[in-house]
Amino acid sequence: MTREVGEVVLSVEGVSLSFGGVKALADVSFDVRSHEVRAIIGPNGAGKSSLLNVLNGVYHPQRGKIRFKGKEFSDMKPHEAAVMGIARTFQGIALFKGMTVLDNIMTGRNLRMRSGILAQALRIGPAEREEIEQREQVERIIDFLEIQAWRKTPVGRLPYGLQKRVDLGRALAAEPQMLLLDEPMAGMNLEEKQDMCRFILDANDQLGTTLVLIEHDMSVVMDISDRVVVLDYGRKIADGVPDEVRATPAVVDAYLGARH
Amino acid sequence: MTEDIGTLDTFPKLLLHHARARGARPAIREKDLGIWQTWTWREFADEVCALACGLAEEGLARGQHVALASDNRPRLYAALCAVQCLGGIPVPLYQDAVAAEMAFPIQNAEIQLAFAEDQEQVDKLLEILPQCPTLRRIFYDDPRGLRYYGQRELCSYEKLLAAGRAAQARDPARLPRTIEQGSGSDVAAMFFTSGTTGVAKGVVHTHASLIAPARTASTLDGLGERDIILAYLPPAWIGQNIFSCAQAFVTGYCICCPEAPETVMTDMREVGPTYYFAPPRVLESLLTQVSIRMDDASWLKRRLYQHFMSVADRVGGALLDGQPVGMLGRLRYALGDILVYGPLRNALGMSRVRVGYTAGEAIGPDLFRFYRSIGINLKQLYGSTETAVFVCVQPNGQVKADTVGPAVPGVELKFSAERELLIRSPGLFREYYKNPQATREAKDAEGWFHTGDAGFFGAEGHVKIIDRVKDVGKLSDGSLFAPKYLENKLKFFPYIREAVCFGHGRGEVCAFINIDPEAIGNWAEKRGMPYTGYTDLAAREEVYELLRGCIERVNADLAAEPEIASSQIHRFLILHKELDADDGELTRTRKVRRGFIGEKYASLVEALYDRSESVHVEAQVKYEDGRTGSISADLRIRQAQTFPAAAAKKAA
Repeated sequence: MTREVGEVVLSVEGVSLSFGGVKALADVSFDVRSHEVRAIIGPNGAGKSSLLNVLNGVYHPQRGKIRFKGKEFSDMKPHEAAVMGIARTFQGIALFKGMTVLDNIMTGRNLRMRSGILAQALRIGPAEREEIEQREQVERIIDFLEIQAWRKTPVGRLPYGLQKRVDLGRALAAEPQMLLLDEPMAGMNLEEKQDMCRFILDANDQLGTTLVLIEHDMSVVMDISDRVVVLDYGRKIADGVPDEVRATPAVVDAYLGARH
Repeated sequence: MTEDIGTLDTFPKLLLHHARARGARPAIREKDLGIWQTWTWREFADEVCALACGLAEEGLARGQHVALASDNRPRLYAALCAVQCLGGIPVPLYQDAVAAEMAFPIQNAEIQLAFAEDQEQVDKLLEILPQCPTLRRIFYDDPRGLRYYGQRELCSYEKLLAAGRAAQARDPARLPRTIEQGSGSDVAAMFFTSGTTGVAKGVVHTHASLIAPARTASTLDGLGERDIILAYLPPAWIGQNIFSCAQAFVTGYCICCPEAPETVMTDMREVGPTYYFAPPRVLESLLTQVSIRMDDASWLKRRLYQHFMSVADRVGGALLDGQPVGMLGRLRYALGDILVYGPLRNALGMSRVRVGYTAGEAIGPDLFRFYRSIGINLKQLYGSTETAVFVCVQPNGQVKADTVGPAVPGVELKFSAERELLIRSPGLFREYYKNPQATREAKDAEGWFHTGDAGFFGAEGHVKIIDRVKDVGKLSDGSLFAPKYLENKLKFFPYIREAVCFGHGRGEVCAFINIDPEAIGNWAEKRGMPYTGYTDLAAREEVYELLRGCIERVNADLAAEPEIASSQIHRFLILHKELDADDGELTRTRKVRRGFIGEKYASLVEALYDRSESVHVEAQVKYEDGRTGSISADLRIRQAQTFPAAAAKKAA
């Protein structure tokens, strides 16, 4: 592979987050370069999802700075993050179960729509043209994720692995620069995991999306990531390319339990 | 302008004819980004010519073979015809074959150039590259995932096309000259047989041997440029080539390529084909889906369906055949047509089907009657790769469930002393590629092709096929044992996907059953039975009871037919895994390889006959990516009730 990894687009400096007396994140710093696949791993309760929620603007850290595309923030708001090109998927599935696959992915295009609700509802001139343009983008994503057969199927009727794929599709529909994936492979069988890996790598490769993913399954992460951050009890204990991280004693301790 | 199409003797000449005569009519359609895109005959011919010029630049010479590894795509058909333009020989490969299976045709025909649909096919070809030193170029269509492939052999379809257009601009007269030089006796294509009998053989067909039967059959059914077909079966199978290439080129009708293999049902509804082909297994799974959905429907709908299906069963077939039906029957059928049959045909995507064919194996009479009774003109035909499909065809109005119809005009038939069907026709293949011995065995000195199928002439010259000659056996008491016949009877139950019957040289018949996970899964859900998958369902006592019921009904049926009453099934077991082509248990066209299964599971067969209650089995399975794993299970064996021939008659 000769993929070009570019400049640092996102950096997190000294971020700390606590809920009352519980320290979820303690002085965590790391960066993400454009076009890379960056993984955040760690045992249960290590603070992975919290970190993702900080990037996405759901949680507001008490200390620390976030720098995205040259701008500095002490915290982010979810809609700001979305406008700036950060999209995410969720650990549990947060799709509209009664809506079709097509409509669910279309909701991901919301930010890209210019015409108002009324014009859209009445399909007046420019709104109709816009709808057609948006639909074309959605069709590209459907084609990309190979879910043509389920276009008109309500999401609630799909098996779990496919729902996760639709979730990814909706996030991609926003044409994000950076995509945050919260355990994209949780609860999947081996075949579904392999499929998902392929789509994640393809999104990175073909759409040029920068990816930050949280994952439980070490083997998956080590195979597809460029660099890995390891958290344990809210602290960063390792950061580097997969082979380096795998060899770090602190990581072995965190995953297998400390040697006595 | 009034060119006589009947004198055109090659596919490229026919293509150019259509580009002139009906240039603006649709030739081929494909759904792209959710919208059907159409290529007219003129556009299609233009693409084919440019591609052919590109291939000429790549050094493709007359008589050389080109491999095609692709699903049904307009570009596959463009490539196929482009190869033919230069006098090259396209060799379509089964797109779901594993890499190792693709190596043989490529080595055998010393193939230098190959077309691949996407990354999956490219990966397979690259994998076998070391064993195939002749392969020097792979043209790929979909570039997805191939960006970082650095292999010298790879070249995109677009690049080939652009090179072709440049060459065409330099010397526009060259290609038409090359096409003119082609003649009907040139080889048009080579099809590798799926290998029911050992090693695959390349079946060589000339332009004449494909065009002649395509013409005859098109005339017989009155096909024309306004017909539409959905090309959804593997292009490597000769039938797909005849229906979506040869016949389209002869008549100028439109071919539609489905968006993805999973969308065929939706595509059928959208396209509304007028000409349709489906092997019995596809018709079977469609009916299974209908039955499952009707089981889930509300009480009222279920009653309506049951009532009108029984009306259709009585009068539907007769109406289709133009036989006299009473006024009341007609009225009730008309009402049913509005309420049930019409919507059902629409749901199946068969509202516009004028001519539908099924072939490949015997079709269950009930299954066949179902489609005809709801007003779909489904007919049977008989043919094989070696005969370019059309040997026997049921003409409209003479359709019967248990025959394959009389010989097509121009085809001569006779039966040998062993009841083997022999054929002489203009559609007969030239030879097996590089295999003169096999050619001599199949085609005798007088030009008769030995089909290996056993059968006889029924009433009005209709041919009846019972089984393969080598499969028809005898029980130890000397009575007839036709395993296929029994398996087909079993497979008509929605719960049974595959069945394998044993009995040759033995005292009684026993069977392996493959359950249909979809139908049984649905059945289990209704009863609130939790399950994890096929293996789990296959081991359930409740499922065994359900199947015992099915088998006993077959036994009661068999008891009523004196010649095969002794073939009733005494014992059976449910296999722990689904029979799969990747494990060599089915052919690529999903026919059961009984001999292979009998050897592979010899311990299970023995257990069926030594009256044990259960048997332990461990088996290798091959995954789609080529890795292997193993499954082990304890299988139960159950007894089924059999009926004395006379008693059943009384009961019936």
